[in-house]
Amino acid sequence: MTTELTRLSAADLAGRIHARDTTAVEVTQAHLDRIAAVDRAVHAFLYVDADAALAAAAAVDNRLRCGDPPASPLAGVPLALKDVFATVDMPTTCGSRILQGWRPPYDATVTRRLREAGVVILGKTNMDEFAMGSSTENSAYGPTRNPWDLDRVPGGSGGGSAAAVAAFQVPLAIGTDTGGSIRQPSAVTGTVGVKPTYGGVSRYGLVAFSSSLDQGGPVARTVLDAALLHEVIGGYDALDSTSIDAPVPPVAQAARAGAAGDLAGVRVGVVSQFRGEGYQPGVLRAFDVAVSRLRELGAHVIEVSCRSFDHALPAYYLISPSECSSNLARFDGMRYGLRVGDDSSRSAEEVMSLTREAGFGPEVKRRIMLGTYALSAGYYDAYYGQAQRVRTLIIRDFAAAFERVDVLVSPTAPTTAFRLGERVGDPLAMYLSDLCTIPVNLAGNAALSVPAGLSDDDGLPVGLQVMAPALADDRAYRVAAAYEVARNAADGPLAHRVPDLTEDRLPPPSIAEVVGR
Amino acid sequence: MPTISRDEVAHLARLARLAVTEEELDLFASQLEMILTSVARVSEVAAVDIPPTSHAVGLTNVFRADAPHPGLTQQQALSGAYATEDGRFRVPRILDES
Repeated sequence: MTTELTRLSAADLAGRIHARDTTAVEVTQAHLDRIAAVDRAVHAFLYVDADAALAAAAAVDNRLRCGDPPASPLAGVPLALKDVFATVDMPTTCGSRILQGWRPPYDATVTRRLREAGVVILGKTNMDEFAMGSSTENSAYGPTRNPWDLDRVPGGSGGGSAAAVAAFQVPLAIGTDTGGSIRQPSAVTGTVGVKPTYGGVSRYGLVAFSSSLDQGGPVARTVLDAALLHEVIGGYDALDSTSIDAPVPPVAQAARAGAAGDLAGVRVGVVSQFRGEGYQPGVLRAFDVAVSRLRELGAHVIEVSCRSFDHALPAYYLISPSECSSNLARFDGMRYGLRVGDDSSRSAEEVMSLTREAGFGPEVKRRIMLGTYALSAGYYDAYYGQAQRVRTLIIRDFAAAFERVDVLVSPTAPTTAFRLGERVGDPLAMYLSDLCTIPVNLAGNAALSVPAGLSDDDGLPVGLQVMAPALADDRAYRVAAAYEVARNAADGPLAHRVPDLTEDRLPPPSIAEVVGR
Repeated sequence: MPTISRDEVAHLARLARLAVTEEELDLFASQLEMILTSVARVSEVAAVDIPPTSHAVGLTNVFRADAPHPGLTQQQALSGAYATEDGRFRVPRILDES
């Protein structure tokens, strides 16, 4: 019974809880049991608070027992929160030693909205330090492993959230996507991950990496579940000055409409830049099959060229480090977090430098220095200024494409999940993981990744990326839901083919092993 | 092709308040040069008459209502502090007193 509960979608779980066929406490306990059984192998979580989760679930049950309506369509459903969102009752580390054990004095808006909606937060998930990475190996607390193959990475930076959903530890999770950190992990773990339009989900209480790109969003096993979660966390927030003061796009309605399986009249553009060198043949074959399914659903498919997308990756690796070098200046060991070398003889500046040296991992230091360089006098216009101009070109290419088509599609990532350690020593190889996802971050529009079967190269999940114009997130949901229904009808739900992890081996490596590499 | 010397990395580390080790100086010098070489082509693609984009979804004049609202209490603000004294953050010396 309890294992069965963990196999259900969030929508089904909510339906049963609200109809009082089961209780939120029972559902929460089933997922806590699953975490206890498999997280030693997967290491998706940095922190689990079973007591608080059961208390939150009991509150939902009490309310229903009194005859009150559920607080939201997801009331009583368990969720895992990426450890980059502030939570007053749980540590918020961002996968960094500099924030080890830190408890924020306030909740992020996303955290608050989840609580108000009766969503049961089970714990905080592992991530690349400060969301910088594509494999979750940059966490100071050891890597997360891919439930499809424990020797492989779950993508990143939100590998913990994606792996937790793929391993049936939770039906829902929250991630953040600065260059692909929701979509790329979803692609390589066979889950659904959405980057909403920039400004669609509040960034208040989301620890900043690159402020003009960061965006929170849902992770789930079905398109409808992602949409329901999107509606809980989305919407205007006066506490975030970049929040868009407009209604949340009708994404749940679009997901339900799409599930009818009819894409007649929908124009789909295949981005011609997203294939060729660096793309695994099995990924491209799975993508081509996905595109033919869209055609079978009635979509009109054409090829679209977006030439500026070739320059997105270099522009991103100037803009995001620049913003990161500025944002991470706040971690100075003075008001909160780690402090190193305070021996009453050293100056504040010396203590600051020793603290940051000890508290940050190699990728974070690399990006801080890269950003410091790109913003320095004499280089500013050649690097940061030019990267911002490239951003304008990318926005123009998207605008031209969306005059001809309703959505654009591509593989979500050029490869399936790679092996742990394979790209750790080669930053440029790691950066290529986000080749297909970065243009959307630079332009600020919406995109998602939906499972597109397994690669015939290695039997690992491939993601189909669906990109929509800004504020038209619902279009991506509609197309993804139609595709999901067709793919499930042909091959069965992908998520249920993940290996049984309960018999598995491999304890996570110790912190010392990881830090010492 | 941009080149970046070990001295330049040491300077960047000082600006960024990172007490990097000798080994890190060597590692970062080669890695930063490699990364900068691969991103340098952005300076050739966009002409100067293209306006830069700083925010993807442009919003202007975002103001909140000019009304008082509570902030953190002193206790909340100090809750994560490494050291406090008299209800304030205790920090290492900020001036050279020796």
